[in-house]
Amino acid sequence: MSKSVLRGLRAAALTGTLVLGSSLALAAENPIKLGVLEDQSGDFAAATIGKVHAIQLATEEINKAGGIMGRPIELVAYDTQSDNTRYQEFMRRVLQRDKVDVVFAGFSSASREAYRPIVDQFNGFAFYNNQYEGGVCDGHMIVTGAVPEQQFSTLIPYMMEKYGKNVYTLAADYNFGQISAEWVRKIVKENGGKMAGEEFIPLGVSQFSQSIQNIQKAKPDFVVTLLVGTAQASYYEQAASANVNLPMASSVNVGQGYEHKRFKPPSLKDMYVTTNYIEEIDSPKSKEFYAKFKAKFPSEPYVNQEAENSYLAVYLYKQMVERAKSTKREDIRKVIALGDVCMDAPEGKVCIDPKSQHMSHTIYLAKVGADHSISFPKTWEDIKPYWLGEAGCDLTKKDPMAQYTPSNPPPKP
Amino acid sequence: MDIATLVFSALYQFGDAFAFLVLSACGLAVIFGMMGVINLAHGEFIMCGAYVTAATVHAGLPLPLGILAGTIVSALVGVLVELVVIRHLYDRPLDTIVATWGLSLIATQGTLIMVGSTMAGVGTPFGSFQVGAYSYSIYRIVLFCAALGVLVGLYALFNWTRFGVLARATIQVPHMAAALGVDTRLVYSLTFACGAGLAGLAGGLYAPTMTLVPTMGATFIMEAFVTVVIGGADVFLGTAPAGAVLAVVKSVMTSWQGQLFGQIGLLVAVIIVVRVLPKGISGFVLRERT
Repeated sequence: MSKSVLRGLRAAALTGTLVLGSSLALAAENPIKLGVLEDQSGDFAAATIGKVHAIQLATEEINKAGGIMGRPIELVAYDTQSDNTRYQEFMRRVLQRDKVDVVFAGFSSASREAYRPIVDQFNGFAFYNNQYEGGVCDGHMIVTGAVPEQQFSTLIPYMMEKYGKNVYTLAADYNFGQISAEWVRKIVKENGGKMAGEEFIPLGVSQFSQSIQNIQKAKPDFVVTLLVGTAQASYYEQAASANVNLPMASSVNVGQGYEHKRFKPPSLKDMYVTTNYIEEIDSPKSKEFYAKFKAKFPSEPYVNQEAENSYLAVYLYKQMVERAKSTKREDIRKVIALGDVCMDAPEGKVCIDPKSQHMSHTIYLAKVGADHSISFPKTWEDIKPYWLGEAGCDLTKKDPMAQYTPSNPPPKP
Repeated sequence: MDIATLVFSALYQFGDAFAFLVLSACGLAVIFGMMGVINLAHGEFIMCGAYVTAATVHAGLPLPLGILAGTIVSALVGVLVELVVIRHLYDRPLDTIVATWGLSLIATQGTLIMVGSTMAGVGTPFGSFQVGAYSYSIYRIVLFCAALGVLVGLYALFNWTRFGVLARATIQVPHMAAALGVDTRLVYSLTFACGAGLAGLAGGLYAPTMTLVPTMGATFIMEAFVTVVIGGADVFLGTAPAGAVLAVVKSVMTSWQGQLFGQIGLLVAVIIVVRVLPKGISGFVLRERT
């Protein structure tokens, strides 16, 4: 009881003390303002509260060590409530009223596309610290999360080799799910497989009996689950109780929503996920990060990949500002264009690709066992976010501020 | 694929949709359909039932007792809410919308702050069985039986017991009931508790099959309102046929074109029924009788 009350008090105090906590440490008169727009309540909160905590952790560490060029970081955080219109309101607010130097924003791709035009319009500078469907070619954005060529071109061929070439996709019905499913289709075809079926599930749906039956009817070798939000996560429990018993592959589960911790075993048995970080990764860097995180936030249920992305993003920003000796976007992009903005993150070495302003990652294949323990059958080091660059996006030359997909690539010059 | 398999699978999907619609709706049918209180916190009563069920199961109670605990706690919360908020708003139906919406926000955010962003699930009991090429969850059949049981129970409660007669009398002509010596405040309070308890029961029954998060009530609310709106004022004669009609529409559309069309079908069916039968299905049935 006392534990939950403490936790409650801490969470209640959270929003109020964000600004205080970081600015009291260093009372310099000219802080660097970092806007944080993440979902601290609503359908996505389970996966995203850790991002806010990770940013707080990195900020505290950096401020203790003297800040960025001697200037402390001041966080300006708002709860976007898993609501796209909140993103738009708060993005205008942090850019126009709070005049932040940089914004870390967004979980769902719908919310990113909701706020991105506002960042472009007011010449802001935003980090999207989340894995997503790829393709954003926008000089105002830096993406530290993994993209399909990193997650699917590793995962899908592995699954097809191990289980067979008949693939079924069950995806959330919005831009993330649709475009990710397009990637799966493309990679399955390139590897000589075929799609046994596809279904797109509206966000917020929690009952899957009919979808489960459709999958059984199609008899795939494995199911690609691209389900998003806590309601849709009910699928695993329902599929397990109907004894579907098919291996699953995903770019979002476990690494984001820690379903293996939330559901009773064995409902996630034989789920394979490609992720650039989860707390089970057994390396000294990862363990050190996990220990620091738990020391500051002992009741954090899980340290997921987006928490690590957010954590390293603060350090990357620090490095870029210090090298550019400026917080201006134009100056920072000149540093990115050099092509050597890299750091040793908890997952391993990461670098920003100047053409797309996306990031290279170490990709871990995580397998969920029958008892929901995690093993790592395979690791791919230094997987680059190559697709945008190869398709013709080059932000060092031209900034189209657009999102592309395999079926809608950048126009050829 | 043989006919028996197809028929069974269609029946199973119908039963599954029916159970979800009826169990989501029956608590609301009492509170909104019968009492006329537009309860936007209905989903949060369901969440309350689910959370209490999961918490008691984690504490070592068997699942049926956990569900019972969830039902009772929700009913008690219902009594409290009625006493503090709803009681003062019976003649101001529009204000109850705002008040219950506020309650729902407080409950969702309060749960997030106090209990955290998620709660560990309890796992679905009973396993599965095989018919033809498909395997099915046994617990889904249990849910269907529970939905039937709840409907029969409600019919019996409101038609055969003294409390049921007093409740109907109080809600139809409160002054007359009071003049005849009925403690109308108590009856209102108990009826509201009954609705809240039914919502808690739905939450408890679905807790083993779903993600337990503070916002989980929202996934029930659309189905609940839709069923009650087209069902009309009578709890049994409204909810049962409305659940059946909508379950047919939903399961047929979903198996034909997927979940999105299932939802579209549901809403189109509602628009048609409300247009043709403004007083809902039970209004139509009862008018035929008199």
